[in-house]
Amino acid sequence: MEYLLIIVSAIFVNNIMLAQFLGTCPFIGVSSKLSTATGMSGAVCFVITLATLVTYLLNTYLLVPLGLEFLQTIAFILVIASLVQMVEIVLKKISPSLYQALGIFLPLITTNCAVLGVAINVVTKEFSFGSGVPHMLNLGESIVYAFATSLGYGLAMVLFAGLREHLALNEVPKAFKGVPIALITVGILAMAFMGFQGLV
Amino acid sequence: MTMSKFSIFTKGLVKENPTFVLLLGLCPTLATTTSAVNGLSMGLATMFVLVLSNMAISLVASYTPDKVHIPVYIVVIATFVTLLQFLMQAYTPDIYATLGLFIPLIVVNCIVLGRAEAFASKNGVLDSALDGIGIGIGFTLALTVLGLVREILGSGSAFGWKLLPGDGMLAFVMAPGAFLCLGYLMVLFNKFLKKE
Repeated sequence: MEYLLIIVSAIFVNNIMLAQFLGTCPFIGVSSKLSTATGMSGAVCFVITLATLVTYLLNTYLLVPLGLEFLQTIAFILVIASLVQMVEIVLKKISPSLYQALGIFLPLITTNCAVLGVAINVVTKEFSFGSGVPHMLNLGESIVYAFATSLGYGLAMVLFAGLREHLALNEVPKAFKGVPIALITVGILAMAFMGFQGLV
Repeated sequence: MTMSKFSIFTKGLVKENPTFVLLLGLCPTLATTTSAVNGLSMGLATMFVLVLSNMAISLVASYTPDKVHIPVYIVVIATFVTLLQFLMQAYTPDIYATLGLFIPLIVVNCIVLGRAEAFASKNGVLDSALDGIGIGIGFTLALTVLGLVREILGSGSAFGWKLLPGDGMLAFVMAPGAFLCLGYLMVLFNKFLKKE
């Protein structure tokens, strides 16, 4: 039940992109085609879940016992950067077809603030789902939260790419062309997602 | 391609405005501009990191092997962000609490890494500092204006001063308003300030 609440909350109610604004740059950057949006979502999903697992363990078993929490920012970004590199190398060897699909997006993910954002949130913030009391997430919950969050990111991205493909075919005033009209569309999409508030 | 010191400084304001033209650093732009003061503080915090990391990177760039230059830059930037976190926790704990997650996230703000890569790694210390200050002011201006618009529409006040009666439209302080306001501001910017 708890896990279900986490999943619904992370995907719909507190959508990482539409309610928390994390990962906006790649969201605007790669969402002009449905196929690239799907590729990027897949890569983000993979990296967020993996990065959260590693940074959670790093924080709990190394930084906290040594009293080095202030190093979180530096340590986490290094972990994420090297993780992305490693994923790239491993993927290239094991599954060239998946690498083909996700390859070009992987280097971009290091600077996707959704990854660092989720990793930092999980170890510093108290979460409450449903009527439960606010508490720090344990390892299992963190992983589920990270995975669901990235699914939410993917959902927002794919929805938006679909809209944007249609948008490209329409005449819009010159000053609105490109990013401005895209932002206004995301605004309306975010308004639609506000309807989920109070659900969990 | 030598630019005068003055144009290095001023290009960040309009011609290469990080928010409206380069479209960099959108996450903090959208997330922290719930009020003019929040936007202003986020802009200044980013500028602090930007200027210092630009200067440090312009100094180390020529000694950095090409293969590892991105990790090196990220560590330099992360160091200044951690420094900023300490300073803000000590002197402005309220603002630090409001901006929350977005202070550590300056590390992955594409403006900072972008300027390091595009400018600081190829130019001298003074020029890099000027570039950082110019881009930083451009970013701060954009954030303050966006914050001001959202604050006026969303809560009927400006810089905390009550202007309009009533509570304003809550949607503008929340997520949808951020996207809509930035979208329309960009339209105005394209219409009146951008030169083809």
